[in-house]
Order: sequence, then structure tokens, then C-alpha cells
Amino acid sequence: MFKKIFPVIITLFILSSCSSTEEENPVLKDSFDRKGMLTNIADNIIIPAYEDFSSKMALLKTEGNAFIDNPNIANLESLRNSWLTAYKSWQHIEMYNIGKANEILYKFHINIYPVTVTDIDDNIKNGSYDLNSANNHDAQGFPALDYLLFGLDNSDSKIIEKYTIDTNKENFKKYLYDVIAQMSSLTNIVVTDFKEQRNVFVNNTVNTLSGSVNQLVNDYIFYYEKGLRANKIGIPSGIFSSTPLPQKVEAFYNNTVSKELTLEALSAVQNLFEGKHFGKNTKGLGFNDYLITLNRNDLATSISNQFTIAKTAIEKLNNSFSIQINSDNVAMTKAYDELQKNVVLMKVDMIQTFNISVDYVDADGD
Amino acid sequence: MISKLKYNFNTQTNTAPLAIFRLLFGLLMFVSMLRFWINGWIEKLYLLPKFHFSYLGLEFIKPIGNYTYFIFLICGLSAIFIAIGYKYRFATIIFFLSFLYIELMDKTTYLNHYYFINLVSFLLIFLPANAYFSLDAYLNGKKYLKVPKWSIDSIKLLLIIVYFYAGLAKLNSDWLLRAMPLKIWLPSKFDIPLIGETFMQQNWFHYAMSWSGMLYDLTIPFLLLYKKTRNMAFIAVVFFHVFTRVLFPIGMFPYIMIIATLIFFENSFHQKIINFLTKNILITRKKIQSISTLKLSNSRQKITKTVLCIFFIIQIMFPWRYLLYPGELFWNEQGYRFSWRVMLMEKAGSTNFKIVDTKKNTSFTVDNSDFLTTFQEKQMSFQPDFILEYAHFLGNHFKKQGHKNIAVFAESYVALNGRLSTRFIDNTVNLYAEKRSFKPIKWIIPFSSEIKIKGL
Repeated sequence: MFKKIFPVIITLFILSSCSSTEEENPVLKDSFDRKGMLTNIADNIIIPAYEDFSSKMALLKTEGNAFIDNPNIANLESLRNSWLTAYKSWQHIEMYNIGKANEILYKFHINIYPVTVTDIDDNIKNGSYDLNSANNHDAQGFPALDYLLFGLDNSDSKIIEKYTIDTNKENFKKYLYDVIAQMSSLTNIVVTDFKEQRNVFVNNTVNTLSGSVNQLVNDYIFYYEKGLRANKIGIPSGIFSSTPLPQKVEAFYNNTVSKELTLEALSAVQNLFEGKHFGKNTKGLGFNDYLITLNRNDLATSISNQFTIAKTAIEKLNNSFSIQINSDNVAMTKAYDELQKNVVLMKVDMIQTFNISVDYVDADGD
Repeated sequence: MISKLKYNFNTQTNTAPLAIFRLLFGLLMFVSMLRFWINGWIEKLYLLPKFHFSYLGLEFIKPIGNYTYFIFLICGLSAIFIAIGYKYRFATIIFFLSFLYIELMDKTTYLNHYYFINLVSFLLIFLPANAYFSLDAYLNGKKYLKVPKWSIDSIKLLLIIVYFYAGLAKLNSDWLLRAMPLKIWLPSKFDIPLIGETFMQQNWFHYAMSWSGMLYDLTIPFLLLYKKTRNMAFIAVVFFHVFTRVLFPIGMFPYIMIIATLIFFENSFHQKIINFLTKNILITRKKIQSISTLKLSNSRQKITKTVLCIFFIIQIMFPWRYLLYPGELFWNEQGYRFSWRVMLMEKAGSTNFKIVDTKKNTSFTVDNSDFLTTFQEKQMSFQPDFILEYAHFLGNHFKKQGHKNIAVFAESYVALNGRLSTRFIDNTVNLYAEKRSFKPIKWIIPFSSEIKIKGL
């Protein structure tokens, strides 16, 4: 039996290596078009999202300068609005940790929360600080603006006073300016670099740790589990601590948009999974198509459905998660549980199906 | 399996195959140790983790800080001693013990082929593999041209068991009728030139590979035994193991199997190698007395015979112990290890622990990365004995920190061979109150997939 099969296999190999490479269409080929997926993700999702964020960052900068030049209620309102618009746009790109974003720890400068208020206060008091230092990760980015625009005092007029009559007013303005400038310059570095590396990114289809698909899937799952599930809902609702920690919600000082930001992040995550173009209703190749090619229609459907279920659970919550946690934390933990179900489906089932190397375990297998 | 119940322990056979086996095995083991060291795995697997998964009852065997390097050093040196056949008996005992210690330090790194090395090194203690072409023979000025036949046959028998049992383990519906797990593994090998984007993606190819793998394992030992098919079988061995090496990260295992199967070749083949080496490389003027046969003393013959018989009875029985446990073997994994179930399933899980204060009714979830490396977490997430051990570790850890009335619950989901993940551990059972034992586990949610696994 074996003697018969063995020559057959050998012959097949010889045949496969003899088949001329000049043929236009190899007879056998039905593997997933990884390059096609990467192209769709780069050109229709990542780059448009980066460009959108860049333009909203530019507007934030303009409004910031207007406020610094003339700190009044109207300018504060405009600045707050552009902060929220940019913050929502940011939810679409936080998951990408590729190239420069990874190198310069982009997301650590933009969205580490909760902020450490004493760090910000000390920086302002001293007037000198290094925003590139890791010690200041929790004193800059959107969370720092959240504090500077909403949390310096308990009324708008008193907040304005910090920038107009406070003894440290110049330092307040300078800090506000520096935080926005830092976000803006890092964004330019990351976006420019990704556009330059676009071809390298879409052609890097190898199945190694540094392959684009591997990196993307790894970043994606890491973001979903940590950036979205844990940071936005799990940690504040006390999943990882004996008591809830409502002060750890995103945009704590604004206190009205934590749900809005989370829903934005969830739709960004689902869009990438389904290959949905940024800001449009058209779709291209996404992770779900990869699963379908590997005969896992069931899994692709389960994950998409679970996103919808999680979204419904989050929509039921108060606009302010900290209010929600203090009034009815059970609804929060329910939302967490729904998000967690997709952690399992993606981290266990999807990774198993792709069977691509995504972690640094390089010891022998059996 | 035992073909001749009346085995003659007094038959003698040429000693060359055993000498070559000793030489190559020792060299490969040295290379393995070196490779382990150079890759930084000693640090990564034994020094960095804060916690180690141990075998039940052997919790005291664990890494000893930086001295762990010393164990590997001893092990590597004793492998060289085995290769050159110097102070052979002592070297084999040291190698066996140090290698065993390394394997028992952390269950996370368990591999069937390490287990195989443990068994071979145990056998070698009792075999007169230094009777010929060894430094011992050179220094004693005596070489033995013949050794008892059982010494070579025992290595053959061990190899037969390994292959044949690995083949039997493949006689199940997932492997043969669903081509699982190869159907998951092969398509991801798209980087391999020529065949990656073609054959690896084909359904028929997954089945062909599954079936030929099964047939290979079941038949190869016998094809190697049978003179007429031996050469062909050896080519198959080389091809099969090199091919799997291309496909999977299995380290030294293929080379170990390739050199081990050389033992099936006739004496003349091995004699040629030895003659070549003594003529060209190991030239000596020293006259060594040739003694035709090596006879063991009666007492040693008796001890050896007893040990080998017990050893092989255990080897033949042990892989069947899973029959004593209820439920699905692949799911519960009771009796899965030490049974030559090689590359048999693609299993992954996600397991998180909730530490509950039963009095206050508060709880929190543990971040596994606080205690485990990614590799440990990966292994822990789908193996019940790991899950229980880790749950106890967590319970003790938080007790030390001053938490009271601790109960530990697991939120665990596992996917097996391409089935959708389902709950794995009963999340209403306080694992901290469950004892570690060899009894059937009651807190696993029984395997419930509609796609059952039937077979051995």
C-alpha cells in the first residue's frame, strides 16, 4: 500500500517542480489573495483613516491656536468640538501599530488614560517638561486635552480664567500648545511614513512574524482585547479589580462621550474585519473573506454577529460610562461579556484558522 | 507486538550498528543541547518564567536559577562522552538523569520527541554500546566484535513502538475523514516555493498527506525490518522527516529519527563507516585485542533482562491508559501525553481566572501575563491539568497577599481541530477546592461538538 502511494507522491512533487513557471495560469491555485486584502486595507481603510485624522488634527491645531490667542467661551467651545471630532477619528487608527507608529510609540503619546493630573499640574507649574519622555505618556494626548479643556475647574468661566488671569496662565497656554503640537507632529511622521511604506506593506505577504498580515492580525487582536475591551469598559467597570474604577473611563473630564468613542472604536474594528472602506459603504477583502476562503463561513458570520450583539449592549449604556458604572454597573459588565466573546472567537478560532505565527514562541513543536 | 514469545537472550550479533548508534546519538544530543543554549531557550523557558508547571508529585523538580545552565552543560558534556564512548556507563547515567531533570522542570515544554530521548537514554545505560569503536575499548585495549543481540533489538523495538503507536493514534475520524489538523496547517505554508501556493492549498492534498502519514507510521518499522524493502523504506524515512521539517518547526526530531533508523541496517553498512573512520581519521598504532563475543555475567544478564522486560511491558501498556478515562481524549487529555500522539491536533484556548471573595461577594479577573509567559499561557489555556495547577497557584498567591475566602473560577473556551470554540471548564466549580490527581476530571464541560471523534 505504502509502496504504491509513495512513488505517487514523489511523482507529484517532480511534476510540480517540472511544471513550467511561464504558464500564465497555474492549474492549481486557490489560496487566499493576501496581497489583495492588504491592498484593500492599506488603500481603502488605513490611508483614508490616517488622512481623515490628519485633517482633523490640523483643525484641532487651528482651533487650539485661536483659543490660545484669544481664550474665551466661544473659542473654548470650538476647540472642544474639534477635540471630540479628532478623538472620534483617532478611534479608527489606534489599532495600527505598524512601522513608525510602533517605533515612536505613537499611541502612547496620543491616548494613555487616565491622565495623571499631578504630572500635568507639575509640568505647567515648572514650565519645562519633555513630552517625549515615557514618564509623560500619561500627561499628553487626548486625555490631557480632556483635562485641560474640561477638567481644570468645575465651570467653563473658571476654566477660561486659568488661561486668562491665573498666575500661571502663560504656562497653561504653552502646555496646551505643546500637547497639540506634539500630537500633530507625531501624526505627520506616522502618516507620511505609512504612505511611503505602502508598497512594502502590501507586498510583504510572507508568513513570518514580520509579515504584514501577521502584524496586522496581531495588532488588531491586541487592540481589540486591550485598547477597546479592557481600557474602555473592563478596567473602569472593575473586571480586573475588586471594586469598579469609574475615574478610569475614556474622556473622564468631559464625561459625556465615553460611549460615543467606544461605539466609534467598535465600528472601526468591525469595518477592518469585514474590509469595509473608511467612511463608505463599499467593501473589499477583509479578515472575514480570509476565513471564508478557508471554509470557515460559520466563524466569519459568528464574529460579525457578535460585533452587532456587543454594539447593542453598548448602545444601552449611558453616554457617560462613569455615570453608568455608578448607577448600574451590571449593564457595563454585560457589555464587557459580549465584547469578550469576540476575543475568544478571534484569539482562539480565527488565529487557529489562519494558523499564522503571531507570537514570539519559537521553541520546537512536536 | 511481541513477535517471538520465546526470545533467545543468548544470541550474539555484530557490534558495529550499536557503536554507530551510540556515536551519532551522542553527537546529536550534544548539538541539541548547544542549539538550545544558543537560541536562548534556557533563559526564555526556564529562567524568565516566574512560575513553572510541574508534573504531579514532582513539584520539587524545577529550574535552579542560573545554575540551570550548569545542568545543560553537564547534559551536553555527557552526550559527548557517550559519543566517544568514554566512561560510558557513568556518562549514560549522567545524561539520562540530567536530561530527565530538564524535561521535568516545566511541563510546558513537553514534546514527544524529548520523551523519546528520555527512553533511549534510559535504554543505553543497560546496553554494551561501548564494546567496540569507543575510547573505553581503546583504553582497555579490548574490543568486542559481537554483543548480545537483545541490545540492538531493544532499540529496534522501541522505534517500532514509537512509529506504530503514532500510526495507531492517527486512526481516528478527524485525521482520516476530515484531514484535520493538516487542513489547518498546510494552507498556511504558502511561502514554500512551488508547492506552497498550489498543493498546500488543495483539499485532496490534505487528505493524501493525512493518509500517507498514517500509512507511513504504521508500516515503516516493518518495511525497515524486512531486508528487501529496507533501502526503499530508509529513503522514505529521510524524505518524510525532511519534508515535515520543511513544514513544521520540529527542531532536531527528524534528524534523531533518521539516525535512529540506521540501526535497522545490516552490520556491513555500519562496519564500512567504522572502517572509513579508523582508516582516515582515527588512526592509531595501538594494538587492541579483539574478543569475539561479549558475555555478561549471569547476575548482570538477569538484572538487564528484568529491567528490559518491565520497561517494554510498560511501554506497550502505557499509551492505552486513556481507555480508563471517560470522555473524549482529545478534549480532556487524560492519558494524552507519553503516548506517541504526535502532531495530532490543533487545539487552542482562552482561559481567564476570576478570583472571588466568597464572603464579600467581590471578584476580579487575573491578567495572565502578570504570571505566565506567552508560551505558558498558550499551553495552559487548553490543558486541564495546567489549568488546575495554575488556579491553585493563583489562589495561594492571593492568599499570601492577604485576600480571604478565596475561590478561583475559570472562564475557559477551547477550539479543537477547526470546530467552533466552546466552553471548556465548568465556570461554577471552585478550582481552588479541587485536588490535583490522576482520577477522571469532573469539572470539564464534556466534549459536545456534533462532529464526534471516532477511532483509537
